[in-house]
Amino acid sequence: MKFAVIVFPGSNCDHDTYYAVKNVLGMEAELVWHKDTSLHGADVVVLPGGFAHGDYLRTGSIACFSPIMTEVKRFAEAGHPVIGICNGFQILLEAGLLPGAMLRNRSLKFQCEQVFVRVEQVDTPFTVACQQAQVLRIPIAHGEGNYYAEPEVVECLEANRQVLFRYTTPAGVVMPGANPNGSVNAIAGLCNVTRNVVGLMPHPERSCEDIVGSAEGLVIFKSVVQAVTNGLQDSGSIEPLLGR
Amino acid sequence: MSSNKTVLTDDVLIERHGLTGEEYQRIIKILGHVPTLTELGIFSVMWSEHCSYKSSKVHLQTLPTSGPRVLQGPGENAGAVDIGNGLAAVFKIESHNHPSFIEPYQGAATGVGGIIRDIFTMGARPIALLNSLRFGLLKNSQVRRLFTGVVAGIGGYGNSIGIPIVGGEVGFDKSYTGNPLVNVFCLGIAKVDEIIKAAASGAGNPVYYVGAKTGRDGIHGATMASAEFDENSAEKRPAVQVGDPFMEKLLLEACLEAMKTNALVGIQDMGAAGLTCSTCEMGSRGDVGIEIDVSLVPQRETGMTPYEIMLSESQERMLLVVKQGHEAEIEQIFEKWDLHAVQIGQVTADGKLRVKDQGAIVADIPNRLLTEEAPIYHRPTAEPDSLDTMRNLTFSLLEKPLKTLEVFRQLLRSPNVASKRFVYRQYDYMVRTNTIVSPGMGAGTVRVKGTNHALAMSVDCNARYVALDPYAGAQLAVAEAARNVACTGALPIGATNCLNFGNPERPEIMWQFARAVEGLGSACRALEIPITGGNVSFYNETDGESVLPTPVIGVIGLLDQADKVVGRRFQEADDVVVLLGEGFGELGGSEYLELAYGLIRGVPPALDLERERALQRLLVYSATAGLIKSAHDCAEGGIGIALAECTFDSGLGVEANIVGISNDLSETPFAEVATVFGESASRVVVSVEKKLLDEFLDRAAKAGVVATVIGRVGGSHIRLSIDDRLVIDESQAEAERIWAMALDEIVESSRAVA
Repeated sequence: MKFAVIVFPGSNCDHDTYYAVKNVLGMEAELVWHKDTSLHGADVVVLPGGFAHGDYLRTGSIACFSPIMTEVKRFAEAGHPVIGICNGFQILLEAGLLPGAMLRNRSLKFQCEQVFVRVEQVDTPFTVACQQAQVLRIPIAHGEGNYYAEPEVVECLEANRQVLFRYTTPAGVVMPGANPNGSVNAIAGLCNVTRNVVGLMPHPERSCEDIVGSAEGLVIFKSVVQAVTNGLQDSGSIEPLLGR
Repeated sequence: MSSNKTVLTDDVLIERHGLTGEEYQRIIKILGHVPTLTELGIFSVMWSEHCSYKSSKVHLQTLPTSGPRVLQGPGENAGAVDIGNGLAAVFKIESHNHPSFIEPYQGAATGVGGIIRDIFTMGARPIALLNSLRFGLLKNSQVRRLFTGVVAGIGGYGNSIGIPIVGGEVGFDKSYTGNPLVNVFCLGIAKVDEIIKAAASGAGNPVYYVGAKTGRDGIHGATMASAEFDENSAEKRPAVQVGDPFMEKLLLEACLEAMKTNALVGIQDMGAAGLTCSTCEMGSRGDVGIEIDVSLVPQRETGMTPYEIMLSESQERMLLVVKQGHEAEIEQIFEKWDLHAVQIGQVTADGKLRVKDQGAIVADIPNRLLTEEAPIYHRPTAEPDSLDTMRNLTFSLLEKPLKTLEVFRQLLRSPNVASKRFVYRQYDYMVRTNTIVSPGMGAGTVRVKGTNHALAMSVDCNARYVALDPYAGAQLAVAEAARNVACTGALPIGATNCLNFGNPERPEIMWQFARAVEGLGSACRALEIPITGGNVSFYNETDGESVLPTPVIGVIGLLDQADKVVGRRFQEADDVVVLLGEGFGELGGSEYLELAYGLIRGVPPALDLERERALQRLLVYSATAGLIKSAHDCAEGGIGIALAECTFDSGLGVEANIVGISNDLSETPFAEVATVFGESASRVVVSVEKKLLDEFLDRAAKAGVVATVIGRVGGSHIRLSIDDRLVIDESQAEAERIWAMALDEIVESSRAVA
């Protein structure tokens, strides 16, 4: 199966994601330029981290007008798996594929550090290989990762079990000190209603090998391989997963 | 040209260009006529200290620059050494001190941008950054503004462009109050046979301009960096450039893509002195000329004169020489990245820099007059009178020291010793997924993807030592940087330097500089580490007060097996703690003297380069052989602080017992602090698994390194005894809390007061 890693001008985790998928996971991967209008037959789309268009105007706001985004939206609407990591998450928010917005970190500073996130739901293509409530040690690196949505939207997200990852202590406890950026309900990642589009602020592609400090992010990529292999792709919808 | 010729006899105008009367007369003589205003501007920047190295050249020529691994020594945009597998490490360090004082965020950010361009200009993909920063004391609100601004600026640029900042050093001393030091190191990887030089060749080949448009920013930046500051320095703000990391990211990717074609002859970034420096240096290196028309240069302001266009230091611009007939190929690549490559001229055979404005010649200067024939000064040197007093340290005149435990706590809290997490947490140190030793865990180390290798790198300088003895101080800086690299298990293979000094026209500053360069050269020769390039920053003075002489040394090392890398932290309880090297209770220039008495006094620790070399070779061997589990250098605060640092982030305590010193302090109240916090050189704390201890000690003995078992890892306390008498007993968690939070607390609490 094949991953498309979208390259926007200013993306800087594109090579890291490509490396994780291709060299660590052993899957096919292709870097797809943002002016391209085809996903080249990919089974999974990744919007990588970075500073697309220099974060100018607003994070992710210019990237969602790139030609490739029309294809990404079509792909997502057809039920195929799409994940946005960090800046990719911000782009998904701006593109309206996920609800909510990002504010500056509570500290008002860029923060780069290892954090712990608890897996809240395992019935999505990007968490299917995780254990319920499994705690993953994955790094963050962002200045605007303070997730915000209107209270009624957050309520809806929780009711629909769309919150996939929450910042916690190493033991998996949600508490203020374990929330690095002030995100509402300690939300680190979420999915859309149809559960095939996922955004998360931490960088799983940076934690795929022990030599760089953690291999605990690999399970997210393994999940989607498992999900696609088990038929999500063939059915053209997310029905098999919803039934889990 | 006659229509453009302005007769300039105005002394003020000459002085404003930073030229002396003699230099001006020399220009007239070698040029054969009175320069036009544009020509005068070109001479002034090319002959500035910053571009010409006119005061430092005679000294720098003595440095060892060759070695079996050296692929590129000084003279290009960056140095390069062979790291095997057909790959080269391309690296250099540069200063951006003056702009950072005037505008901390942009000054520091553009410093990052400049050094990154130097690296990718060589055809290398930049993969790591380090920073070496100096500020005044944080109780001063202006200093806090500079400190937080510089750190944000470095992070802002590095994070955005996606090159990890994997380590560095930050120091504080009141001499830097009005003149912070912002030195940034960058390392990239290139294929050996794809290294690109910044030389033009082939008359008729087109010269292209790519990147950001030219504005009036940064005009005379190089001249500004060649003068001291005074109370009017704020007026120099327009000379500071503004950075655009996004533009640079596009430029980086587009240039690397263009370099993969066979269409490029040479490339150089427009850094200091912008278009002027890049055109005449590229021509000079290739022994050809370059002719450009400034009216073709993309401009973002209207009404710019040729003078302004030639001297602008607008950021994120490159000059390319393209093979004739390959223009479309190059233009297409830049088009893809939404950048415009514009032909502004061509290579000529006459060896001249010829500048036209809509066809009319406004400057016509043989390149060699700007480069090789720039003035070279053998400036007078004189040992400062104050040095004898400074080197004299009489302990009997000092108040008795506090209890050792109290000193220990104070040292942990000292900004020079405390964790720099406040700084590096704002830096993306993980992007590119190569970082295997992250900031604060030892010398920054990145693996080289596609090989088993890793590269470790460290920038170091203890300026107090240099102030007390520039020769010894520079040697100690080389030794420390190389030792830090060796602690990871990497063999030091190359060095770069950033020499930050005061006004070279003062004989005592020039003496410091000359002695430091001698020390630097001697240490690099003894340790067999060639210097492949660097940067000199003079005029680091405000109102006649110079900064401490600060020759920052960057050393890179090669680790054959990335997975054998060794860090600072203890790994497991019951491992044996071994001290390599010996302590002699040397307190001259120590952090302790500064902390307790506000003194920079005495003589720096003695350094035996043969012993240092043996120690470093032992560390490299032991890491590769898997004999040691952690290694950490004893620096500021001596073995007391080093032991504590080994426990931080490990969750483990330590129990150690060391031998009391025997020197003239032995029988004084200073014996204890000298033993624990003395800063004798060439010492490393390692931890070793019990079953490997004999093998390790045997190795050390064979290597001629004194190795002493001093204790064991474990427990929840840091316990240190001298000759079995307990002098420090502190909860490990509490010591770590003090150390980890100190910088945050100082910055935050003083903000509250202010």
